Amino acid sequence: MGKITGAQMLIKCLKKEGVDIIFGFPGGVVIPIYDALYDSDIRHILVRHEQGAAHAADGYARVTGKTGVCLATSGPGATNLITGIANAYMDSVPVVAITGQVSTSVIGTDAFQEADITGITAPITKHNYLIKDARDIPETVKEAFYIASTGRPGPVLIDVPVDVSKALIDENIKAGLNLEGYKPTYKGNLRQVLSAVKRIMESKKPVIFAGGGIVSSNASAELFEFAKLTGIAVITTLMGKGVFPETEESSLGMAGMHGTKYANLTFTETDLIIAVGVRFDDRVTGKLSEFARNADIIHIDIDPAEIGKNVKADIPIVGDAKSVLADLSEKYRQLAGVSGVEAHKKWLEKVLKCKKENPLRYSSSSEGLKPQYIIEKIYDITKGDAVIVTEVGQNQMWSAQYYKSTKPRTFISSGGLGTMGFGFPAAMGAKIGHPDRTVIDIAGDGSIQMNVQELATAVINKIPVKVMILNNGYLGMVRQWQEFFWNKRYSHTCIKGSVDFVKLAEAYGAVGLKVTEESEVEPAIKKALATDNVVLVDFSIEREENVYPMVPAGHPIDEMLDCEE
Amino acid sequence: MSANHIISVLVENKAGVLAKISGLFSRRGFNIESLAVGPTDDEKISRITLVVDAETHSIEQVVKQLYKLINVLKIQELEPANIVERELVLIKVSTDNNTRAEILEIAAIFRASVVDVAKKSLVIEMTGTSRKIRGFEELLRPYGILELVRTGKVAINRGSKK
Repeated sequence: MGKITGAQMLIKCLKKEGVDIIFGFPGGVVIPIYDALYDSDIRHILVRHEQGAAHAADGYARVTGKTGVCLATSGPGATNLITGIANAYMDSVPVVAITGQVSTSVIGTDAFQEADITGITAPITKHNYLIKDARDIPETVKEAFYIASTGRPGPVLIDVPVDVSKALIDENIKAGLNLEGYKPTYKGNLRQVLSAVKRIMESKKPVIFAGGGIVSSNASAELFEFAKLTGIAVITTLMGKGVFPETEESSLGMAGMHGTKYANLTFTETDLIIAVGVRFDDRVTGKLSEFARNADIIHIDIDPAEIGKNVKADIPIVGDAKSVLADLSEKYRQLAGVSGVEAHKKWLEKVLKCKKENPLRYSSSSEGLKPQYIIEKIYDITKGDAVIVTEVGQNQMWSAQYYKSTKPRTFISSGGLGTMGFGFPAAMGAKIGHPDRTVIDIAGDGSIQMNVQELATAVINKIPVKVMILNNGYLGMVRQWQEFFWNKRYSHTCIKGSVDFVKLAEAYGAVGLKVTEESEVEPAIKKALATDNVVLVDFSIEREENVYPMVPAGHPIDEMLDCEE
Repeated sequence: MSANHIISVLVENKAGVLAKISGLFSRRGFNIESLAVGPTDDEKISRITLVVDAETHSIEQVVKQLYKLINVLKIQELEPANIVERELVLIKVSTDNNTRAEILEIAAIFRASVVDVAKKSLVIEMTGTSRKIRGFEELLRPYGILELVRTGKVAINRGSKK
């Protein structure tokens, strides 16, 4: 009977889970794990800050649908992961975070680099483990990956004390799944499905509201079938971007604070929302009591806690989007036939008219370079086929508005937590997940600086992501709020002259380009895409350009501010 | 409407579970009025009985969130009309030769038992509903309560009447 160390067992178990990439950063108590990794064929990407590792694992998971893995040492290594873990938690992304811990004999003594990371991460993980006996490693790893990737996905943290990593154990320990308290519901209740279909057929003005749950459950095909069969238009959340092709006529794009006018107006008028994998976040609903005041809600979600949390569900269906949408289509076909409901056709015409009359628009009167124009150009040049990753703020909203997504897992953005600094490391993870695809991080000059150290990681590991910085020298979204609601008192939002991004790129061995004129936009994007290296393009955009439409926080979503003609 | 809710939770008997559960309540702004934890007849499973003051709507949300904890096996909100509930209290009350007999009489009425006798104090143990304990406490208060320890509430559903 062969003996191996706990660390070797850990790596062996990760292999068994199909892990082929880990993003991490070593430290004292994870040396045994890194030593075991040295002999493994698992690829390890050495980041420059643990937050980068967590976001990269997150980005990798979002584009591939597989579980991302990050690794950090105890204490500060572990705490540096926290924003990344919280980000994955808010957006329901399957990530397994492995942290080192001080030896079990000194846990609780404030030992060097000790942090109670299972305690700290309890509110931001789906589950976490502190392994106290190396023989528990196989079962723990198996459970962790199962929990992270099933049901409503989310991050799971495994804390491994250094003596557990070093302990010698039997190499053939078997692992079973022993999760009495965890049994996600995948199949929706068929009686509820039937009530839903009947309600849909009775309704005069239905709309589908599709979110990130459809991405998680890989249910885009089922959504497309259902939407086409019923002839009902589709509104998405930010997280749902791409689950229904935004190039389709019946796609109404994103709703909410910076959603399209026609999506928001449709919400206000609809009499039935068929909500699938959404959580009615405040950025979507605006003033909750005024939201969709004429509508009943059919709420489909795999997480029962989401149903009834923010809005009352008239017909709740707990289940996996893929399975429930397929059941809905089947029932609808039986009851309504392929000809559909007459009233819905008239309503769709009205919705499409509203879409036509209220397009997204920006003022092109002024001299400056328009960020919306840049995104449109990126869209044209990539033919809508790139993986777009965003930072957070104005850059994120312009990207969501002007880059039409046609497939799920191609628009990657920090939705729930709104993490500045997410985009670039997440783009690295996305590029590793899809080495053959163009991966573009659309950034602001504020956000990019929050994890810009990862330029080293991307260049050295030949992860050629393209960063398009919409540089206005402001923390633009906050400045926009200050302009609208705080009497233009731009308190600490001006960051002009932070750094010369071209030189910064060059210092890291990347390529830097600077664009100040509209005529340079297209050549610069083309050059960036043709360059086989990490490229930063610094676009000097009009400094006080705003994101429109905008629903002021706490207002009903049909009260939208818009740009001047 | 705000009211007391008794929630009985079966959990896996593992390290950190109680912290996860109590943390979940505090994060969502609930004050736990009383908490009792102990093993069940199955040593791998513990039962946590919580009394929480909250609105019915928000308690539903917290129960759903509790269900999401991997170590939580079963949750029951107990209906006050259909349960037997008990708490245990230990009261150290000040006595002297004049008051001892009166206190013992009160204890006897409440079926409480004296578990420690000293020159100037008695320790009395009593089990009962919260209301009974409150009543007992009020009667002893004039004599001088030196110390009082109460367990959290435990509760069990009554058997079927059919």
